Amino acid sequence: MYQALFFLFAASAVGFAINLLIQRHPIHSALSLIGVMGSLASLYLMLGAEFLAVVQVIVYAGAVMVLFVFVIMLLNADKEEPSDRSKMAKYLGLPLLFLLLAMITVVIYRQFPEDAMVQFGDFPGQTAAIGRLLFRDFLLPFEVISILILIAIIGAIVLAKKEP
Amino acid sequence: MPPVTPVHYLFLSMALFTIGVIGVLTRRNVIIILISIELIFNAVNINLVAFSSQFASISGQTFAIFVIVAAAAEAAVGLGIIIALFRNKETVNADEIDLMKW
Repeated sequence: MYQALFFLFAASAVGFAINLLIQRHPIHSALSLIGVMGSLASLYLMLGAEFLAVVQVIVYAGAVMVLFVFVIMLLNADKEEPSDRSKMAKYLGLPLLFLLLAMITVVIYRQFPEDAMVQFGDFPGQTAAIGRLLFRDFLLPFEVISILILIAIIGAIVLAKKEP
Repeated sequence: MPPVTPVHYLFLSMALFTIGVIGVLTRRNVIIILISIELIFNAVNINLVAFSSQFASISGQTFAIFVIVAAAAEAAVGLGIIIALFRNKETVNADEIDLMKW
């Protein structure tokens, strides 16, 4: 059951991601990204990270994607025309991509021999534990990231403000 | 069916990361480039959560939260830049944005 669900959600995440690339209109790409986020939230649930799954849906599929869709609507973005690619990218791109993937595969299999693998599913990710960790062990990073997002809010307002 | 191992999650993350990189490199629309960057952030998050689960240490999930916050900040600033750019140049095509090209 666990395996079937994993492959279902992993396949849907990759499928939505490929659809994101194929679609020519930005709004279709944004909607595909929501599909990717949803699949990943399900995978987080299966990994025992309930809090993160909910955060993924609220922050990513909710807030960030609304921002994206809003900007796409605002700019009235049109379909983009396919550009003429360079010759090198055309002929060497795909072989080099597969070479890169093969190298990553080799590295992963070197790092994780078959017998060293651990089963998932028996590890609870309680929200209270995450909160305790955030406000005790990671207090400084937490404060720093709060300042980062504050700066980002101010920066976004300044950037999008109409010049006088 | 084989049991699901960290390697499966690594491969899923690798696939999403590669798709995101391809999107950043090949697409011309600035908004879609930003969306692809979000995809890359998500690929990183899968790794963090999978290893947090494997090593039974919750720190990985905490770092995933930090990554989500950074991604949200990036989206806010990036879209602000796109709006400012569109106001000045009337385009979202990355090829036509060559203000700083030497």
